[in-house]
Amino acid sequence: MIESLSTLVLATTPDAGNEGFMLLKIVGIVSGILGLIFFLGSAVGMLRFPDFYTRMHAAGKGDTLSTMLMLGGFGFVTMDDFSLGSWLLLIKILGVVLFIYLTTPTSSHALMRAAFEDDEMPMTEEDLKKSKKRGKKKS
Amino acid sequence: MTEWFAIIMGTCLFVLMIPVIYRICVGPTGFDRILAVNVIGTKTAVLLVIIGTLYDRVEMFVDFALTYALLNFVAAIIVSRYLNRTISLKEMEAREKAKKEAKAS
Amino acid sequence: MIGLEIFNTFILLLLVVAAVTSLWVKDLLVSAVVFGVYSFLMCLLWAEMGAVDVAFTEATVGAGISTVVLVATIFHLRRKSND
Repeated sequence: MIESLSTLVLATTPDAGNEGFMLLKIVGIVSGILGLIFFLGSAVGMLRFPDFYTRMHAAGKGDTLSTMLMLGGFGFVTMDDFSLGSWLLLIKILGVVLFIYLTTPTSSHALMRAAFEDDEMPMTEEDLKKSKKRGKKKS
Repeated sequence: MTEWFAIIMGTCLFVLMIPVIYRICVGPTGFDRILAVNVIGTKTAVLLVIIGTLYDRVEMFVDFALTYALLNFVAAIIVSRYLNRTISLKEMEAREKAKKEAKAS
Repeated sequence: MIGLEIFNTFILLLLVVAAVTSLWVKDLLVSAVVFGVYSFLMCLLWAEMGAVDVAFTEATVGAGISTVVLVATIFHLRRKSND
């Protein structure tokens, strides 16, 4: 399955490279596309959710995961030879991933807390019905 | 091959940023806008690495991505920290009204 | 390269939108934050055109320091712009 997939994906490229890098490139491409899908989910979430806290939920989660997947994907795709330089590069990219993994949730939490203390009330069931009744799509 | 992958990823990322930009322009409360700014901040880090692969000098651009993530985090924390300390908008207006009545009487 | 032109148009589009929103929004704090995004996108433009050190300076000064200074000044003013 892997051979057919790799030939399918890299049929046209001249520098197909030997077996080791093909696998890395495929892992990179798959995780890149997964990152895009998660970002699509969080973008749609930010667009469609009726209330601030639900949007915050969608953005905080989807954004972190998609950034990590895409960065990881690029780390693997740019690994073209197993020399020390490319290993160092991979470690640096994983360092960025770790940093984003630690800081984005904390900043979302800080923003949520600030919003809550600035008496931004979450939407209740009645508000949702009211806004639907009035035909106002987003409150 | 990696160049094509980077270009496709970059355009998809920009296309997917349009809902975030919509949320910045229209966002009913101010916090939606700050949230969208936060999302764009982390996305610029990924875009920088993509541009790095296009110039195929990725080491330099990975340092940029780290700085971007750091700056974005600092800005988000400062904004939310500032929001905590001040009194909310309603209290501010209530206090001004009280001052006006005191002056009028 | 073809990829850089595509990125160029997108970044410029986002820049215009961020600038207009930053001026148009009522809450002063939010305009300061959107101004931060504006300078972030500006650095992306510099980085995309290859001017690497300018992008670095713009990132640290524009997004880093000026947003903090703007927020600090807003801390003393009233948050609602009355125009």
